[in-house]
Parts: sequence; C-alpha cells; structure tokens
Amino acid sequence: MLPPPQHPTLRGLLAALTFATVAAPGFALAQSTVSEAQILAGPCASCHGPAGQSPGAIPSIAGLTEADLTAKLTAFRDSPPAGTTVMTRHMKGYDDGQIAALAKYFAEVEG
Amino acid sequence: MNTTRRTLIAGLGAGAATFALPGLIRAQNASAHVVVVGGGFGGATAARYLRRYSPDLKITLVEPSETFVTCPFSNLYLGGLRTWDSITHGYAAHSAEGIGVIHARAEQIDGAAKKVTLSDGTVLDYDRLVLSPGIDIRWGALEGYDEAASDRAPHAWKAGPQTQLLKSQLEAMEDGGTFVMSITDGAFRCPPGPYERASLVAHYLKTNKPKSKILLLDSKETFSKQGLFKQGWEALYGDMIEWISADNDGKVAKVDAGALTVETAFGVTHKADVLNVVPPQKAGWIADRAGVTNDTGWVPVKGNTFESAQVPGIYVVGDATIAAPMPKSGFCANAQGKIAAAAIIADLAGAAPAPASFVNTCYSLVGPEWGISVAGVYYFDGEKLAEREGSGGVSPLEADASFRQAEAVYGAGWYASISADTWGTV
Ligand SMILES: Cc1cc2nc3c(=O)[nH]c(=O)nc-3n(C[C@H](O)[C@H](O)[C@H](O)COP(=O)(O)OP(=O)(O)OC[C@H]3O[C@@H](n4cnc5c(N)ncnc54)[C@H](O)[C@@H]3O)c2cc1C
Ligand code: HEC
Repeated sequence: MLPPPQHPTLRGLLAALTFATVAAPGFALAQSTVSEAQILAGPCASCHGPAGQSPGAIPSIAGLTEADLTAKLTAFRDSPPAGTTVMTRHMKGYDDGQIAALAKYFAEVEG
Repeated sequence: MNTTRRTLIAGLGAGAATFALPGLIRAQNASAHVVVVGGGFGGATAARYLRRYSPDLKITLVEPSETFVTCPFSNLYLGGLRTWDSITHGYAAHSAEGIGVIHARAEQIDGAAKKVTLSDGTVLDYDRLVLSPGIDIRWGALEGYDEAASDRAPHAWKAGPQTQLLKSQLEAMEDGGTFVMSITDGAFRCPPGPYERASLVAHYLKTNKPKSKILLLDSKETFSKQGLFKQGWEALYGDMIEWISADNDGKVAKVDAGALTVETAFGVTHKADVLNVVPPQKAGWIADRAGVTNDTGWVPVKGNTFESAQVPGIYVVGDATIAAPMPKSGFCANAQGKIAAAAIIADLAGAAPAPASFVNTCYSLVGPEWGISVAGVYYFDGEKLAEREGSGGVSPLEADASFRQAEAVYGAGWYASISADTWGTV
C-alpha cells in the first residue's frame, strides 16, 4: 500500500496558504480549480505511478529536472532514442507548450 | 448545495477578490458533498482525485463489494500467469484519505432532488454525483444467452465468480478439447480483450493440453490489433487458434448452453467443450434509473467534463459512457474519473474547468514474454471528443523479440501503476 498523497495536516495548511496568497483579482477562481498542467499530467500517472512515482517496471519521472524532462519528452516526439516502445505514440499528441507544462509539473511535483 | 450561496461565493471571488479569504472558499468546499457510485476504475479514481484536488470536500464512495477484482489481467489469471489475489484490490486507501466508503448498492437516483437511495435503506443527499457503474449484459439479446445460460457458458466479462468458473472449466477440459468463444459486435468493454483471452488460453493449453483447439466465432469483420495478434498467434501457437470473421459466417445467432453448442447466422452448428460468450452489453442498470442513458443503452456525456448530457449534476465516466473515439478501457475510465473530478471542483467554485486531455493505452499479452499495445491521446475539440492528430497507434509489426518482451514488462508496470493510482495497492 502506498501512503496517502500528503500528510493531512500539512495538506490542510497548504490549501489555506494557497488560498491566502492568491486572494488577488483574477486569480482567486483560477487557483481554486485544477490547473491545466495537472490535467495534462493526469493520465501519465496510470503508467508512471501516482504523482510520477512508479511502483513497477515503468520508470519514475517525479523530480527529474525541468530541462531533462523537456529534452526527453521532445526527443520522444521528434527523434526517439532506440528502444522506445510507447512514448513516441504519446508525445506526438502534445505541442511544445504542453510539453513545457508537463516538464515543469513533474519537476516540481511532490508525492 | 444551495445555488444562491454558491453564486454569492463565486461572485465574491471574481468581483471583490480581496474578500476571498481562505475560510470562505474552504467553507464552501467543506459544505459540498460528492457521492461516487461504483468503486471500479472510474469511480475509485474519481473519489481519490476529488480528495487530491480538494482536502475539505465531503466524499462518499458507494460500492457493494469490499474487494474489487480487475478485468485487466484476469486473462493472465486464466492463463495461469497471475494469482487471484494479485488482481484483487480493496478500499483502505480511500478510507485513510477521509473518503467515506459505504458497501451497499445504489438502488435509485433522483437527479432532480439530488438523492441516492442505497440497498440498506440509507438516503444520501449530494451536490454532485459521479456514476461509474461499468457494464451490464443484455441478457437475451443473443438468442439463448440469458443469465442461467452463463452458469454453463460463462461470459467472464465482469471479473469475479464467472472468471473462476471459466478457469475451472478449462482445467477440467480433456486434452484435445475445443474452447469456443463467441464475440459480440457493436460497443463492448475492452476491444482487444477477447483476443488477449484467446492468446492466454492458448498459452495454458499449449503448456498443459497441447492437442486442444481454440475457435473464435466473431460478429465483426476485423478486430483490435489484428495484425499483431495474428503474427503472435502464428509464432507462438501455430494453428491452435482459428478465427472466423462475420463475413465467413463467424457471427453466432443462437446459443444452446445446455448442449454447449452455438449456431451461426447461416445455420452452421459448432460444438464446444468449453464455451465462452462475450455477449452484447449496455451501461450498468443504475444509469437507466438515474435517467442518464439514451436509446442506445449507453450514456451520452459532455466531452469536456463528462457531465451527463441529460441530467445536470450527474457526472458519468468509464465503460457506461459514449466516449468514442476513446475505447471502453480501464485506462480511459481512470482518465475520465480525473477529468470529472477536476470539472466538479471547478463547478463547485463557479469556475470553468481547464481543457480536458486524455490518454489511453491498452497493453495485451500474446504470450508471457510477448506484449503489444495500442495507444491514443484524446481531447475535446469544442464539439466532440477527438484523437490528437498524429498521436497513438499500435506497436510496430516488424519489431523484434526484445521490443515484445519490453512491452510485456511495461504492461505489468502499467498494471502496478494504475492499481496504485486507483486503489493505492499494486
Ligand atoms: C477480459 C478483460 C480484460 C481487460 N483488460 C483491460 C486492460 O488490459 N486494460 C484496460 O485498460 N482495460 C481492460 N479491460 C476493460 C476494463 O475492465 C473496463 O474498461 C473498466 O473496468 C471500466 O471501468 P468502470 O469504472 O467503467 O467499470 P468497472 O471497473 O466495472 O466498475 C464498476 C463498479 O461499479 C459497481 N456498481 C455497479 N452498479 C452499482 C450500483 N448500482 N451501486 C453501487 N456500485 C455499483 C460495480 O460493483 C463495480 O465495482 C478489460 C476487460 C475485460 C473484460
Ligand atoms: C502507457 C504507459 C505510459 C504512459 C501513459 C506514459 N508513459 Fe512515459 N514512459 C513509458 C515507458 C514504457 C517509458 C520508457 C520508454 C518507452 O519505451 O517508450 C516511458 C518513459 C518516459 C520518460 C523518460 C524517463 C527516463 O528516465 O528516461 C518520461 C520523461 C516520460 N515517460 C514522461 C511521460 C509523461 C509526461 C507522460 C504523460 C503525458 C507519460 N510519460 C505517459 C510509459 C508511459
């Protein structure tokens, strides 16, 4: 069994902080919803594990650097390394902006 | 939830943001109740992602069974490659995350009053409802195939006693027997599933009863990953598997479970030693009671949120929905569960959700070290769900043994990851 995503108290605290800091015009609503990067990253978890931490044979991707992630994801799309099985078929569905958002998300994500 | 108050909070957030104190927004989430019906791939995922996205939301998961046996990898169980335990999951992670888990069946759903009545008599009020009831069999749609017939000729298209029955029949079959599978057309759960099952039954028979035969009687003219499956069958099982397409009289018109025979559209009778029927299907019956199905028996949804196109406030995900070009897979149900969760969070805050994005990958095992896959990336194009151009497709036909082996290993990796994501267990 994996631990729940975050410590409950900490999670509550983070939520409060988030809402407190974004109480600026135009931001309050956006921040109380799920970001575009979170949505793009959602299906990656089905193979790379919750929050990019894999319990099995597919590599974990959480915590790779943003530059490394961008380079790897772009390479899968445009000039896949030998031995690539499935990532090319995925990354052909994402543009540069979406790849940048995914790279930033997995570089910063916390389990 | 009281709409007036919701509008008020949303209004405060947008117009006078300085008043959007933490307490206000959190109180609004805290007062909302989301009920999730169905603890399979779609529902169990939606519940956990609602929690991930909103620490304070009240979430209740309604699922009759205390454990969930996955259809994914149930073919590996049939082939002797997996234990029953290894494809069984529970709901401890949900409870640990503060999701209320009720083991009962939803019997009635009133979308106007926003109430769910459970089999134990409890009535739950909800602000938003997620339904992920999976499929039900259209009993009788194939002549002779009713519920009683499935005790003799299992479908094993919901993992559980049916799967165990099919396995025990295969174990009891004599060497030299014939395993016959009748395969439906139209919309059905897991398009490559019948062919993966044929593959792993072949693996079992080749290992244990090598004189046996497999006959696939198909109501379709082509099937998912056809070239890859046929290549693998020939390489691994020689001529053990015979596939007969609809245009070669493969379509079964009538089942006689007592005699273990099937009759085709053109009147040819085939005798089985073990008979497996992948029957016509529809959305789980509770979807009818909620008023969200249309005359196809499936559920039309808004592609950007997976909210029912017919009843506001009810979000339907997974196999029950009409979501083509996405297939009815556990992968898609999981992805749709996340999209519905995000859409509900946005809706409760009076905001529009970020654009939906989905992925599917169905791994199939042709043999223990021979994996193949089909993938796709999907989005909502403003009108309908669509596949991202240039994305997706199947494993290359010309790949070598190490590629097939890698995909077999990655398939197992996928199972561990999606199980961890959905139930918190691998
Ligand atoms: C042989 C086979 C192999 C497969 N292999 C794969 C694979 O490798 N990869 C893949 O992605 N997919 C695979 N699938 C498909 C996958 O099983 C389904 O797509 C997936 O289960 C759909 O998820 P769901 O949430 O819609 O339904 P389910 O997972 O079936 O969950 C529905 C849940 O709802 C509950 N329920 C129903 N009615 C009620 C009610 N009234 N009240 C409360 N609860 C209720 C049920 O008890 C059940 O737990 C396979 C399917 C089969 C048959
Ligand atoms: C169907 C399973 C699957 C899905 C879904 C998937 N991946 Fe992958 N990923 C793999 C596999 C398998 C590899 C190994 C390379 C290969 O064979 O394609 C990989 C490799 C990677 C790598 C390289 C890791 C390393 O250390 O070299 C990154 C980065 C990555 N994936 C990111 C993503 C992101 C981001 C997503 C979501 C948009 C995603 N993946 C979705 C299966 C998947």
